[in-house]
Amino acid sequence: MSCDLTKSVLHGYLDGELDAARAADFEHHLISCSECVTALETQERLRSSMLHAGLYERAPVKLRKEMHAQFGSSPRPAARQPVQSPQWRWLALAAMFLLVVFAGWRGLSLLRGDGGETTLASAIVDAHLRSLQPGHLEDVQSTDQHTVKPWFDGKIDFAPPVHDFVEQGFPLQGGRLDVVRGRTVAVLVYARRKHLINVFVWPTTEPDSAPVSGSQLGYHWIDWRKGGMEICAVSDVTTTDLGELQQLFTQ
Amino acid sequence: MTVGEEKSLDVLDPQERLRFEQLVLPHLDAAFNLARWLMRSRSDAEDVAQESMMRAFRFFRGFHGGDARAWLLQIVRNTCYTWLEKNRPVEAATEFDEELHTQPGPNPEALAIAGDNRERLSRALEELPARFREVLVLRELEGCSYKEIATITSMPIGTVMSALSRARGRLQQVLTQQHSVSRQAATS
Repeated sequence: MSCDLTKSVLHGYLDGELDAARAADFEHHLISCSECVTALETQERLRSSMLHAGLYERAPVKLRKEMHAQFGSSPRPAARQPVQSPQWRWLALAAMFLLVVFAGWRGLSLLRGDGGETTLASAIVDAHLRSLQPGHLEDVQSTDQHTVKPWFDGKIDFAPPVHDFVEQGFPLQGGRLDVVRGRTVAVLVYARRKHLINVFVWPTTEPDSAPVSGSQLGYHWIDWRKGGMEICAVSDVTTTDLGELQQLFTQ
Repeated sequence: MTVGEEKSLDVLDPQERLRFEQLVLPHLDAAFNLARWLMRSRSDAEDVAQESMMRAFRFFRGFHGGDARAWLLQIVRNTCYTWLEKNRPVEAATEFDEELHTQPGPNPEALAIAGDNRERLSRALEELPARFREVLVLRELEGCSYKEIATITSMPIGTVMSALSRARGRLQQVLTQQHSVSRQAATS
């Protein structure tokens, strides 16, 4: 016996593309058709294999940078290669010096303020992009905070805050160590729908601070300090989503 | 890049450039992923994704809102097929092959072994004709709706479901074959 529905309606049902009435009809049919039940299980298994095998291949960092340089609204200086007169260079140097002094005066880390912001933000966004290349995302792959947290023990001299926010829509995916501008940092990886969020954590002696956010190369970041840790979350999710995650961290 | 091309890249005013950056550039991963699976090569996919972005940029004025991802993927798909027709004509000509298509009996054992095995799944997917591969990539990897798949592939929406059914059947078939081949190799 062969049921025709395994080749048609079953797929619409599997993909959530049937309207309520047709879905109900098919569910009713499932009660009496073991062939469709088996086929549905097989298809679900196949789908979950495809999802978990990591077949999705993201654009290489080089291509991403080129595309943003070429088609972004604010092409990066490297792409434009402006011809600068010596006077301009001196002015730029003087301006940079002033900004560094200004940032230092405000006692902020380099991510903050307008001057040095780009350097650490670039480093963090670059680290985020690197992590998206196949096999670079996690050193410890686990959705269990009690596996991820101890994994950091002995590898770094601080204990990053590790929480799973699966119920709030940010399931923990794992963690890894990364080096950002010569400093070893802990990274927690969260998922948000189909997107990934890297949360970089490192110790700081600065006081707690409100979140500061920005974007680069189409990625958003949000940075804040709490309880002796500086935390920076980066992702291609919306800033609202990042803000939500930040809220969860500071609760 | 020639001077002519350089000029044509300046067709958008700053406001449109910003719109392009916000609406289209975020789908670069989607563009690359589709190209990678259609071309079956990362380096060819880079070229095609780049060319598609360039076309998208040029035609951006003709995009009047709506689903930017589907719009871009449509361009990527066309660019891929144009490239394939030029460089690998045999491959591009392979349409849905109904005769070869038989729904295999489900083989849970083979599927369980394929499991999370990237290598095996990736090989099976690459073995499928491009028209099967693209609907699977769009649905399972990119999470596109039937409506989006119809837009991207210029297929009537009513046929998306059966196209997916056939593609999944074929993938199952290839996985089962791989499995029996590897079992024969193991026992001989």
